Amino acid sequence: MTTDSIPVRTADARPGTAQKKPGKGTAPRGRNRMLFRHPGAGRQHHAGPVAYILLGIAALFSLFPLYWTMVAASTDNTRVTQTPPPFLPGPHLLDNLGKAWQDAALGKAMLNSLIVAGVIALSTVLFATLAGFAFAKLRFKGRNVLLMLVIGTMLVPPQLGVVPLFMMMTELGWGQKLPAVIFPTLVSAVGVFFMRQYLTEALPDELIEAGRVDGAHSLRIFWSIVLPIARPPMAVLFMITFVHAWNDFFWPFIVLDMTNPTVPVALTQLSAGYVRDQSLIMAGALLGTLPLLAMFIVFGRQIVGGIMQGAVKG
Amino acid sequence: MAISTSTSPDGAPAAAPPDGTGTGAERQRRRTLLHRLDLHGAPYAFVAPFFVVFAAFSFYPLIYTSWISLHRVELSTLNVMEWVGFDNYTALWEDDRFWNALLNTITIGVLSTVPQLMMALGLAHLLNYQLRGSTFFRVAALTPYATSVGAAALVFTMLFERDFGMINWMLSLVGIDNIDFENNKWAAQTAISTIVIWRWTGYNALLYLAAMQAIPRDRYEAAAIDGASRWQQFLKVTVPGIRATIVFTIVLSTIGATQLFGEPLIFGQGPNGITGGADNQYQTLGLLLYEEGWKNYQMGRAATVAWAMFLLLIVVFAVQQVVKRVLARRA
Repeated sequence: MTTDSIPVRTADARPGTAQKKPGKGTAPRGRNRMLFRHPGAGRQHHAGPVAYILLGIAALFSLFPLYWTMVAASTDNTRVTQTPPPFLPGPHLLDNLGKAWQDAALGKAMLNSLIVAGVIALSTVLFATLAGFAFAKLRFKGRNVLLMLVIGTMLVPPQLGVVPLFMMMTELGWGQKLPAVIFPTLVSAVGVFFMRQYLTEALPDELIEAGRVDGAHSLRIFWSIVLPIARPPMAVLFMITFVHAWNDFFWPFIVLDMTNPTVPVALTQLSAGYVRDQSLIMAGALLGTLPLLAMFIVFGRQIVGGIMQGAVKG
Repeated sequence: MAISTSTSPDGAPAAAPPDGTGTGAERQRRRTLLHRLDLHGAPYAFVAPFFVVFAAFSFYPLIYTSWISLHRVELSTLNVMEWVGFDNYTALWEDDRFWNALLNTITIGVLSTVPQLMMALGLAHLLNYQLRGSTFFRVAALTPYATSVGAAALVFTMLFERDFGMINWMLSLVGIDNIDFENNKWAAQTAISTIVIWRWTGYNALLYLAAMQAIPRDRYEAAAIDGASRWQQFLKVTVPGIRATIVFTIVLSTIGATQLFGEPLIFGQGPNGITGGADNQYQTLGLLLYEEGWKNYQMGRAATVAWAMFLLLIVVFAVQQVVKRVLARRA
């Protein structure tokens, strides 16, 4: 895998978030781009060969473990444990995937993860957009204090409350059940902050005023004015939250057991056995990652843009 | 703020069609009242879900942790709480495993955070060049972020395997003997840090890149006119220009490092996972918390470890503040 194999169609892609920002989308592509760049857009020296080589190494470092997961998952256990290790895919990929699917009960785990990540992402997006809208555009007493509270909560690691949370869930009868994973993560401070940042810039005050003059109540304004405008960042927040919820490990590992796991919890099952079939383990790892990788291949650019959009600038 | 002009009663729609319910003036009054209620109440209703869920599932447990840490609570009988005062704390203080886990958390934290952020900075700088295939490089850098701790740790555990792992094979090519990554303390900690670095470098690089692109171009031009080399521009313009983001990533990585759990657990491959290796050589505070609570069934002690993690975070942030002050004074 060298840098030569970069797909050509990405060559004229504009950097990062550009497709979401109105106005920038009309900038010419390709070589003339430099001439039309916004003057404040930062330094844009052309990259030399050294930069490409270093970036190639970085890309290799990022992608190789995933490629090798696929290689290992497609050979058998004896081949994987020989030196030198295999570098090319073998013939057993489908067999191993099927076996790992059964051994780790991945069918149920996938369904669980889909439900958990889906519900969490939906509710996070909904509540973050509501709260983000209020913080960005509505006036109310204590707004700044509450916003500081939201930001402050980002600094509280969820692990610290895990003992009482576990006791709560047991008392509620939710032990080993999905609500125990879903409820504590229904909202996200980062999400609220992210939507607020976007709406402060992207939602003109005049639109809301116009809505008020027409007699629309707040919920109506949210529904008819805010939601259409907020759709791009909502999509990004959905994907980011989905990835996080799908990959979350600590809390699901504690509160769920092997009879009803999410994917990351189920994967620990594969390596915990006494007879370790390395190819099988890799097949399971591959399966658990596949849905998100597919999402990255399709929406990678949007996710990248979204993360950059959410960054603290300046 | 212009929005508030619409609070005046005449802003509300008047003259509803006569339908026989009350007089027009009364209806008008009710409308105005509803309108006011909406204007003043809606914002709170919109932010309420966040605060309700946060209070119930984050804030309340956080406070309750300290109460539990003063009791003896067993996992099998969660409703029986026996008051023990500060016994859990003194026991933790005198427990070698605690100091070992604390030290491991710090060393693995440093081993993973420092190279990670340095590499992210370099990567962001490269991505900030005018590039062909920039989307490819960005997506490639972010791909590890899509893998779960579980999958990533499983893959790297295998790459770091003692007898047939790829990393030992590559080291053997340059004449280095097999390293027992599982049982050698520093090798194990390095391997675990590698997993963390692999998963998060690209993510941090994109945060840096976004901040770099917001730096005004004329600062570079001014620096160039003053005769600054590219390296000097990087140090004097780029790095100060993204200082806020750097602080942000340091905070996030620190929080992540204090809670490190999945990577060492899975790296230990089952039985040795929870104890962090046969000699606790890579047991973190997160693992110790789990061991006390869910393996030794002592929830009170687990809560004490949670408090220790919290204190560690506070100490680290305090140190960061001091360092920041000192650096700012020198600059």
